[in-house]
This record gives sequence, C-alpha cells and structure tokens, in this order.
Amino acid sequence: MRKSLTFLLFTLSVATACAAFAQDAALIQAARKEGKVVWHTSLALPSSTAIAHYFQNKYKGIEVEVHRNGSQRVLQRFMQETSAGIKNADLIHTSDAGHFVLLKDKELLLQYTPKGVESFPAGFKDKNGFYFGMRATLSVIAHNPKIVPEKDAPNSWKDLLNSKWNGKMVSAHPGYSGIIMTHVLALVNLYGWEYFRDLARNKLHLVQSANDPAGIVASGERPVGVNGAEYFYYKTLKQGNPIKIVYPKEGVPLVVSPVAIAKDAPHPNAAKLFTEFIFAKESQQLLADKEGLYTGHPEVTYPADKPKLKDLKLLPADPDELEKRNAEIKKRFVEFFGA
Amino acid sequence: MPASSTDAVGRAPTASWAVLQRWDTTLPVWIAAALLLVFLIVLPLGSIFRASLWDETGFSLGRYLEVFTNAVFLKAIWNTVVISFWVGVISVVVGALLAWLVTRTDLPWKKPIRALVMASFVTPPFLGAFAWTLLAGPNAGALNKFYRSLTGAEDALFNIFTMPGLIFVMALYSFPYVFSMVANVCELISSDLEDAAEILGANKWQTAWTVTMPLALPALVGGFILAFLHSLSLFGAPAILGLPAGIHTITTQIWALFQYPPRLDMAAAFSVPLLLATMVLIALQKKILGRRGFSTVGGKGGQKRLIRFGWGRVPVLLLVLGILSLSVFLPYWILLKAALSNAWAMPLTWDNFTLKNFSFAFFEYGDTQRAIYNTFKLGILTATIGTLVATLIAYITNRNLFRGARYLTFFALAPLVIPGIVLAVGLFIAYTRPPLVLYGTIWILFVAYLTKEMPIGFSQAESTFKSIHPELEDASRIIGANRLLSLKDVTVPLARSGLIAAWSFIFIGVIRELSASILLFSPASKVVSVVIFDLKEEGQVGVISVLGILLLVASFAVILAMQWFAGRDVVATRE
Repeated sequence: MRKSLTFLLFTLSVATACAAFAQDAALIQAARKEGKVVWHTSLALPSSTAIAHYFQNKYKGIEVEVHRNGSQRVLQRFMQETSAGIKNADLIHTSDAGHFVLLKDKELLLQYTPKGVESFPAGFKDKNGFYFGMRATLSVIAHNPKIVPEKDAPNSWKDLLNSKWNGKMVSAHPGYSGIIMTHVLALVNLYGWEYFRDLARNKLHLVQSANDPAGIVASGERPVGVNGAEYFYYKTLKQGNPIKIVYPKEGVPLVVSPVAIAKDAPHPNAAKLFTEFIFAKESQQLLADKEGLYTGHPEVTYPADKPKLKDLKLLPADPDELEKRNAEIKKRFVEFFGA
Repeated sequence: MPASSTDAVGRAPTASWAVLQRWDTTLPVWIAAALLLVFLIVLPLGSIFRASLWDETGFSLGRYLEVFTNAVFLKAIWNTVVISFWVGVISVVVGALLAWLVTRTDLPWKKPIRALVMASFVTPPFLGAFAWTLLAGPNAGALNKFYRSLTGAEDALFNIFTMPGLIFVMALYSFPYVFSMVANVCELISSDLEDAAEILGANKWQTAWTVTMPLALPALVGGFILAFLHSLSLFGAPAILGLPAGIHTITTQIWALFQYPPRLDMAAAFSVPLLLATMVLIALQKKILGRRGFSTVGGKGGQKRLIRFGWGRVPVLLLVLGILSLSVFLPYWILLKAALSNAWAMPLTWDNFTLKNFSFAFFEYGDTQRAIYNTFKLGILTATIGTLVATLIAYITNRNLFRGARYLTFFALAPLVIPGIVLAVGLFIAYTRPPLVLYGTIWILFVAYLTKEMPIGFSQAESTFKSIHPELEDASRIIGANRLLSLKDVTVPLARSGLIAAWSFIFIGVIRELSASILLFSPASKVVSVVIFDLKEEGQVGVISVLGILLLVASFAVILAMQWFAGRDVVATRE
C-alpha cells in the first residue's frame, strides 16, 4: 500500500514535472518563433545589458532589445507610444512602483504570474498578478572617504542640512529616477517638505539618474551624495573607487522595482519567458552577486560586506501613494531646487 | 547667411523662354516640389498655433496667459534672454577679432586657424558642453585640479555649472557664425580708406577702430543677432550645464513639459514666444544687412593690403591659439582621455587605460549600434533628398518658373526662424495622430531634419545657380531636352561643387542634431545625439566620449571628402 502510494506520488510528481517541462518547452519554442523581446528598463545600463546577455546565452536565438532610461522617462516613452497607437514595448520595468498602479488602471498590462513568486514578501507582489518586484535597492547617503574624513562624514539625513556641506553635495532627480521619487516620498513622510526646503539651501549639484551620484562622488566632483541607488554605489565601490556608503539609522528608503508585460506586447511569449527567467532563483542570485541588488527571493544570499535587510530600519513605499503624489513630488522638488 | 533673392539681373524671361515654358511638360515636378516645401513648413507651425489656442473645450487664450504669468516660465524666458545676449556679445568680440586678424593682418598660420574655426563650428555644442563639465567641474574638473595643484588654492578657478559657465561654453560654439560673416566682409573692404586714415596720422589700432570697424558694423550687428539666435535655440548645452545648477531656459522648459503627464498644449504655447522672437530678430538682421550702406565695400576695385604686426605676431598668434584651444584642443583632449580611461578623473596611466568603452559602445550595447545605423542612414537620406529638393526649389525661384515662384524663397528660408525644439513640438503634435502617424519611426526625424536643413541647402544651391547663366540650359533645351534633363545634364554638373557643399553641410547638420531629435525619437528610432544625451543623464562618461569622437570623426571625414570632391576650399566661406 505504502509502496503504491509512493509510486503514485512519484508518478504524479514526474507527470507534473513533465507537464511543466512540456509547458516550458512550448513557451521556449513560441518565444523562439518571436525571436526577440523589447525591454524598457530603468535598471542601470551596465546591469541591464549584462542581464540581456545572460538571457541571450541561455536562450540562443532570442534577442533582448534593451531600452534603458530613467523610470519617469521609461513611463513617458511608453505612454507617448501608446497614445500614438504604437505597440513596441514587451516589458516595462521601472523603480517607481506607482507607475504600475497607473498602468494597471489604464488596462495597459497583461496579467501573468511567473513561477516561484508566491514565496516573495508581500511588498513584491501585486494582488491581482499584473506586476512583481524583480529587484530591490535602497536609497542611501554616500561620501568620498579620500576627501571627507570619517569623523566629519554625515551619518543621518538631518546631518545633510548642516551648512558646512554647502556646495559639496549631489542629488539625483525624482523627475527622472523612480528610486529618487521613492526616496523623496519616504523622507517627506518622515520629516515633511521642510526637509527638502532646508536641504535645497545647501546648493546641491543636480543630476538626473540615481546611478550618477556614484560617479560624481567617486571623482570628487561633489564629495557627498544625499541620495542614490545603493547597488550602483556598491558596484562603483567594488571597482576600486573611493566611496563609503552610509545606511542612516532613522530609516532607509526601500525601493522595489516591478516588471510587467505590456498588454499589447508584440512578443508576448518571449516576454513571458523573460519574466520566468528573471524570477528564477539563479537569475535572482545573479542580481545579488553581480549587480549588488536585493531581491524578493527568500533563498537568495548576499555578499558578506552588504548589510542584511532585516538589520536595517526600512522605509517601504506604498505604490498607491507613489502614484497619487507623483505630480506633487515632481512639482515641489523643482520649486525648491530650481530645475 | 543666405543672400536675398531680389536681384534678378539678366533673368527676365525672354520671348523664347515664354515659348519654351508653354511646352513645359515637367511642370508637375516643380509644382510638387513647391507644395512639399509649403507643406513642410505650414503643418508643424499650424499644429503649434492650433494646439496652443484650441482644446476639447474650445478656443482659449489661457495658455498664453499662463506662459506670461507663471513665475517658472518667466524665469526661463529671462534666463534665456540674459544668456543669449551675452553669448551674442562674446561671440561678436571673439568672432570679429579672429576674422579681422585672419583677413586683414599678416598673422601667420591663417589656414590652420580657419580650419580650427571650422572645427569649432562642426563640434556639436552639447558635446562641447559635456567636455567642459569634465574640464571645469568645480572640484573634479581637469583645469580646476591643475589650477589647485599649481597654486595650492582651495577654491575652484571656474565653475562651469553656473550662468557665466553656460554663457562661456555656448559662446565658444556660436562665435564661428560671427567669424564667417565678418571675415566675408573684411575680405571685401579695400585698403584705400584705411590708407587715408594712416596718411592722416592714425595708428593701426585707431584705423581699425575708426575706419574698418564702422565699415564692418552691419556685419557685426548681423553676427550678433545670428549668435543670439543660435544660442536661443540650443537645447543640449543648457540641459547639460544649466539643469545641474537649477537653471532652466526656454528650450529645457519646453522639453520638461513633455514629461509625463505631457502638457503638449503648454509646450506649444511656450514655443510661440520663442518663434516670434526669432522672427523679429531675423527680420531685423535682414534689414540691417539688406541696407548695404557700405558702398565702399567694393568687389574688385580696391586693393587689400595687410596690416603688419612685426614682432607682435607671436603674442597675437598665441592669443588666437589660446581661444581656439578652449573650443577645440582642450575639449577634444578630454574626450579622448575619458574614452580611453577607466576613471576619467584619474591620470591616464597604463592601469587606468582601457578599450572597454569602445567595445561596450560598439559591440555590447545594442542601442548604440541601432543609433549609429539610424544616424548615418538619416544623414545620407536627408542630405541627398534635401539637396535634391533644395536644388529644385532654388532652380524654380532663380529661373522664376511660375507665377509667385519667388515667394518660395520665403518658405525655403522660413525654417531659419524655427528653433529645432519648436519645430519638434509642431511635428510631434502633427504626426502622433492619424491620418499620418510618423512618430515611432525614423521618418518623423527625417521630416524634421529635411525642414531644418532646407535653408542651408537652399542658400547653397541658390548662390550657385545665380552664377550660372540660363543660356547654357536654353541651348540644351533648343536641342530638345526638357527642363529636367537640361537641369540634370547641364546645370547640375556646372553647379557641382556648390551642391556637394550643400550635401555635406546638411549631412553634418543632421548627425549632430539634438534639439528636435530629443522630442521626436522613440525607443525604436534613436539617433546618436539622443543616445549621448541619455547616457549623460546616467553619467556614462566613457561611452559618451566614444560616441562623441565618432560624431567628430564622421564630420571631419565628410569635410575632407567634400574638399577633395569639390576641389575647393570650403573652410569658413559664406554659408
């Protein structure tokens, strides 16, 4: 009896595995027929091209067309194309989770749940299954240790308001970057808009991308970054540049970046395959190992020199609030900083 | 600047012309070319006025009211006026000085200097601006670091991310316009009047100041307006140098209005003041230059003799080279260094040396390959079709083929008054909705470039045709060729070098175009200038430098090829 049960279980599992395998094979074949997938992404250019190459090596014959831009620009381009009736994008990936609330509302997304995401934390999942967080990062403070001595370095968000940093800091822009959009919302919720009004008095150098401050701090053009993508600071640091990352105790904005398939995707199967690929454990591990990112996958391990998320006080953002306050944040930021 | 087409000396149709015209079977071609031209201009401008005045709820002037009451917009207008004014002033001082030195004095190395001015002209201003962020960023900029190590000072010598910094860089790439205008006039002024002044006891500087300068004054004022206009229409330089310091100009503000949720109606309304300002200035410039009060500027009568500097030649030459190193040598050097290093701010040692920027740009990043392909495809297409259309139009106006033909001159030159970004706003509105959806393809860029480059192609073709007498065509037509055939077999070969020049100028204009492209590209139709701008926003210094060098190399290759094929020196001649 027991034997037969085991046998039954065994056949069952083999059957499901086979069915899954057949399903995968069918998907791969359909994707191959489409030949390419167009990925609109806000992931840093070196990282997104690297992932495209991993995918292309695994699935020969399917090209990944990477269109990298800032989150807000990705949305702008996608909406411009949509309003002109152009169907070009397969996958949309930005760091402004609010975008996906908007896109879902406008019925521009395809419902698709990749395997394995059930085990991801709630903040990585849309309850209706339209989008899932493919990566996460933090927005942090950083400084150049060659220029700023350790004892003087800013350790908290409020330290940055000190006038001794006048003309010495760089900020990225919420009108371009989803990471910074999330960052601004988190700090406005923490300290109110007065925080940014006071920060602006220190005459910041304004760049666009959340990745740009890493280069600006490393080159010494501005020795302190008041925000920026932690993974890019980390990557720049790992390349041997003088950078010190600070994770403020008051809380660190956590940025979860979703990916979704466009409803009118010209290559829907390749898009599904790419989605399966990116949420598979080995890809998620790759994001952690090679790109310095955090992920929602519970089994992924992280480099030893990076803090564990559970050891930090995180400031997560609510996608609905991000969507509602997008215009307000862009407008107020420009009021304070001039552009 | 193109000359006006008013002189029709010796072009009055004779009786035999009239007979030929009656039999003209090629008339449809001419009319089609004319209609195309009118369409190219009227559609975008019409779209702008429509979008700025009407919406679903009907007619409203509210958007204009907002443009002139909203503090953000007013600030952008004010910044633009201040910047353009100073760019005009500096360009006139530098451009006129160099032009005078090259044409009226015994300064050595005149040819290389002209070539360097040409190089400044060819360098895309956004690339120059980018290079200057690496040269004169207050802390990491190469020049500021050098200054600190030299003097031990704490503060920067120069911060490029300021209003003066922006003006400085924009002037570096605007002065060649003044140079070519003033050089052309200086070539023509005879030395008799200067001699008279010297006989009366004036020294060289007094002569230059009291005689040569007033004679060149119309060209100086014209040059000021041209430099002012050029800086008014620039987008890349203010975006790269102004935005980091919180400085918006009209063009960057229009661009910002396209961000989601887009305010196309506001962008259209904000375009109109820019358009009107440009129109007024061009009209003013025409008036000043058209007066031609300087009858002393004779054709061949007077002698031109050079002012001798003697031993003073060396410091003057150094000054000239110093100025040109700001626009050419230093930016080119830093681009090359950044392209070849891992960390651009570090010395270029073996450890820091790399070719990975090149391999990334050309082989790994798909966007650049597609963009390079699109850019050269558009460059060749626009240059070829643009030269063709410009030739047809210039031929129509020159030979006065049908009633009202000369009004076409107005349309052919009209894009001069349309800043690239304004044209793009109009085209975007016109071509993103049915019946003609060009957005999303490279064809919307093609239309933009064709329109934008029409004046330069037209004026090249026009001045060439002026020098070719219709007799030669008449001969061919009497033998039995139709008008198109005689144009192809007789006139065009005679006009060859002028048309090659037109082709080259259009090509170079296209591959460096940013201000219209930035609104019209879509992810599927990127061009190199747009990729450079995108990479700039992400801070990919090395890759930008590689692509910038590619643009420069392509431009210089075309210029050299043009000189080879056309068999003439086109450096800094009349454009």
